[in-house]
Amino acid sequence: MPDQSPISSVNDFVVRFANVNGSGSASANELFARSILRHGVPVSPRNIFPSNIQGLPTWYEVRVTEDGHLGARGGVDMMVAMNPQTWDKDVASIEPGGYLFYDSTKPMPTSKFRADITVIGVPLTAITNSTYTDPRQRQLFKNIIYLGALSALFDMDYKLIEQLIGEQYKGKEKLLSSNVHALHLGRDWALQNLKCPIGLRVKKADKVGERIFIEGNSAAALGAVYGGATVCAWYPITPSSSVAEAFTSHCKRLRHDPETGKAKYAIVQGEDELASIGIVIGASWNGARAFTATSGPGISLMTEFIGLSYFAEIPAVIMNIQRAGPSTGMPTRTQQCDIIACAYASHGDTKHVLLFPEDPAEAFEFAAHSFDLAERLQTTIFLMLDLDIGMNHRLCRPLKWDDARQYDRGKVMTAEMLEEGRDFGRYLDVDGDGIPYRTYPGTHPTKGSYFTRGTSRDRYARYSEEGAVYADNMQRLVRKFETAQDLVPRPLQANAGKPTKYGVIYFGSTSPAMDEAIGLLEARGHHLDRLRIRAFPFHSSVASFIADHDFVYVVEQNRDAQLRSLIVNENGIDPVRLVPILHYDGTPITARFIANAIGDHQDHLKVTPLRKAVS
Amino acid sequence: MTYIAKPKFHHPGLPKNELGYTHRDYEGKISTLCAGCGHDSITASIIEACYELSIEPHRVAKISGIGCSSKTPDYFLGNSHGFNSVHGRMPSVLTGANLANRDLIYLGVSGDGDSASIGFGQFAHSIRRGVNMTYIVENNGVYGLTKGQFSATADFGSKSKKGVTNTDNAIDLVAIALQLGATFVARSFSGDKTQLVPLIAAAIRHKGASFIDVISPCIAFNNHAGSTKSFDYVREHNDAVNRLDVLVGREPIAVDYAPGTVQVVEQHDGTKLALRKLDADYDPHDRLGAQNFLQKHAAKGQIVTGLLYVDPEAEDLHAHLDTVETPLNTLDEKALCPGSAALDKINASLR
Repeated sequence: MPDQSPISSVNDFVVRFANVNGSGSASANELFARSILRHGVPVSPRNIFPSNIQGLPTWYEVRVTEDGHLGARGGVDMMVAMNPQTWDKDVASIEPGGYLFYDSTKPMPTSKFRADITVIGVPLTAITNSTYTDPRQRQLFKNIIYLGALSALFDMDYKLIEQLIGEQYKGKEKLLSSNVHALHLGRDWALQNLKCPIGLRVKKADKVGERIFIEGNSAAALGAVYGGATVCAWYPITPSSSVAEAFTSHCKRLRHDPETGKAKYAIVQGEDELASIGIVIGASWNGARAFTATSGPGISLMTEFIGLSYFAEIPAVIMNIQRAGPSTGMPTRTQQCDIIACAYASHGDTKHVLLFPEDPAEAFEFAAHSFDLAERLQTTIFLMLDLDIGMNHRLCRPLKWDDARQYDRGKVMTAEMLEEGRDFGRYLDVDGDGIPYRTYPGTHPTKGSYFTRGTSRDRYARYSEEGAVYADNMQRLVRKFETAQDLVPRPLQANAGKPTKYGVIYFGSTSPAMDEAIGLLEARGHHLDRLRIRAFPFHSSVASFIADHDFVYVVEQNRDAQLRSLIVNENGIDPVRLVPILHYDGTPITARFIANAIGDHQDHLKVTPLRKAVS
Repeated sequence: MTYIAKPKFHHPGLPKNELGYTHRDYEGKISTLCAGCGHDSITASIIEACYELSIEPHRVAKISGIGCSSKTPDYFLGNSHGFNSVHGRMPSVLTGANLANRDLIYLGVSGDGDSASIGFGQFAHSIRRGVNMTYIVENNGVYGLTKGQFSATADFGSKSKKGVTNTDNAIDLVAIALQLGATFVARSFSGDKTQLVPLIAAAIRHKGASFIDVISPCIAFNNHAGSTKSFDYVREHNDAVNRLDVLVGREPIAVDYAPGTVQVVEQHDGTKLALRKLDADYDPHDRLGAQNFLQKHAAKGQIVTGLLYVDPEAEDLHAHLDTVETPLNTLDEKALCPGSAALDKINASLR
């Protein structure tokens, strides 16, 4: 018996699977997460994986959370330790009173365990070796066998798992029955040999509702399909590759002409990120909706073209699935570290529109919206996801589309308008919003053609190096950026239950951890108003939110407080009023981290003055 | 910078092509390049080829990179959209434009610095993909705008104007294009308009990746003794393997060629290419033979020109991607958006 009473918790615990990359564990682990969802209990899974194909350690963490806290929690209640390489670290990471599940085929010295945890051994290798002869089968079914054993330990309804296996292998009877068989091998062994259930249990609830379970990259790609993207050019880079891959598979299902079978899209894997953004800009210049997906190093390579898009005013959509930088950084770890790099990308004076979705549902919406914005504003729109949203399944509201919605193709002068005698100046601000009209190539035999260039030119696109002409154009671009402020998604404010002098600003994947942290902070007596920023340029409500509070915490996942710098720079805010709360070790930010950091700062503010203490 | 506006009036008796356009309708702004620049001759050849083919000027998209050559699209087809993009990146911009609207004619204009140095990768990959385009490199072996540095096509041992000897090996873009699967490959000389005009016309009519390397002497920085891209040197070492006539429509092939000296190639769109052989052994359908021939002659210091390779059955990138016939940039919500019912089904599959 452990010398600490075992953790007892229903529908609220964290299981971490420690595996070897390439061992086929991912699908079994995902099956585990999905089967808990089928119990009506929300889960939040996360892949923690190396930049490697086979052999290095990989973890899959499932947070079971009836209360619906979808951020990472931190800490592990049960470790499914399937990787000898990481055994010591894995065992050490278990919470006191937690559980260790391991393959007990080979005896382990007692020094390899801990006294304050419950150790559960299942002879997985022995079971698989006595059942299967093929090495690959042994490997794959071992994963399903431990899943079966866990289902008994957690008191799960195995029929729900069978049902999921049935859906996954529909029409492949042999695979279906062999998987179900493996599931029962593990489950039956556990029921016969172990005390089931343990303190951690899954109980049916009704807390999932109509929500869906999807990766942010797949949702963003679907947003591109719904948003009318026809050209996608990309270069493989973790963690963004699955955007283009998902776009490909969505298009195969949804974008072929029913009569001819031909593709209503073109996807090109470029030779590098330069070619990818070049293709996007060429296609957009020619009136198609086009996008690329990349990550930090790709953004660095694309910056020359991004400046062209800004200055020559050509629409482009760049989905940046952020990972830890700088340089190659930690390619498979998450961060929000490209805020400044994207906001001011390229040489010279530039500013770009950034969108910050919080989850896959917003990734879908913002992705679709980004094509309207790119064509309306005739510039680059960055959709700023990160690895945490992009590559993990996340429970979110169902995706919605209004069939009456029409694409906003922006200001495009047609042959008819030219024929009517409308004055066409490619860089002429006719409406005062800083946005000129453009024409598509091939529009009219004698009117509306112009020469696109990255060099300075006048309102009628004629080359010019006159200072006044250049400044006039640069001023118009500022006006255009002001126009963008009212077109991009506005910040969302949520006030504390009682009046408070303190506020917190956050964005993107920090959202679920922040929501949870608010509850933890309230329990400590700290009340904060919240503002979730969803886009740059910042809406005026950002400045007023800061003005309304004595201190505002800015929570972000990078070292240098990049969003804070952007707010200070763009709104002329006194930096002292914005307190940075920074998490940047590559793991997703947790509610515990935020609550501790803000809580400690708040406690410090409340220190009793010395004189009072003495008297 | 163009300070002088070009007068628009012209002689009323100026001949017109099938569409009723005169030569002037294919011109652009006045060139700002040096007087006597080879590039201006290429500009004139492009104008001539488009006029003769009776192309609607506005249905051409002219795309270039950065450099002297890349400025030239401003000097022809004034009613076409042009895009003077980023140094070395014309091929990607052109590829994207082509994907958006397959119905326009794409003319990519580049230089040796633009395509053989900074943009060597993009040059190679656009050729590999079989983008339907006419890719012209105005090749002078030198960086003109930055005043005379060697480019990657400068021959080993050739001398710069300042007397420096080039010790780097030269890149032969024609050889590379052949190796990478270009389906129309030619080389010509800016000083030989009668050879160049039909080559450009045939390339425009070719459906696939057409590449033309045009040796175009730089009058300011690479026209001296010791240069292998000077007017004199190219004239002396030019080894033309054939002469081309482009025949559009159903007109019969002229019969005044001596029997056995003319090879007729019919392209996808019915255009007939009549090739008068100057070198009896040269076969423009033999990719490997062409590579071999080029290398042998290059070793002897000869510059092989003419239509070097053509595959009349070529396929382009759109065929590879199996895209719809309708240009992608004309598809609307109805054609592109799967709608809410499909989304409901997707949602259901994600529970």
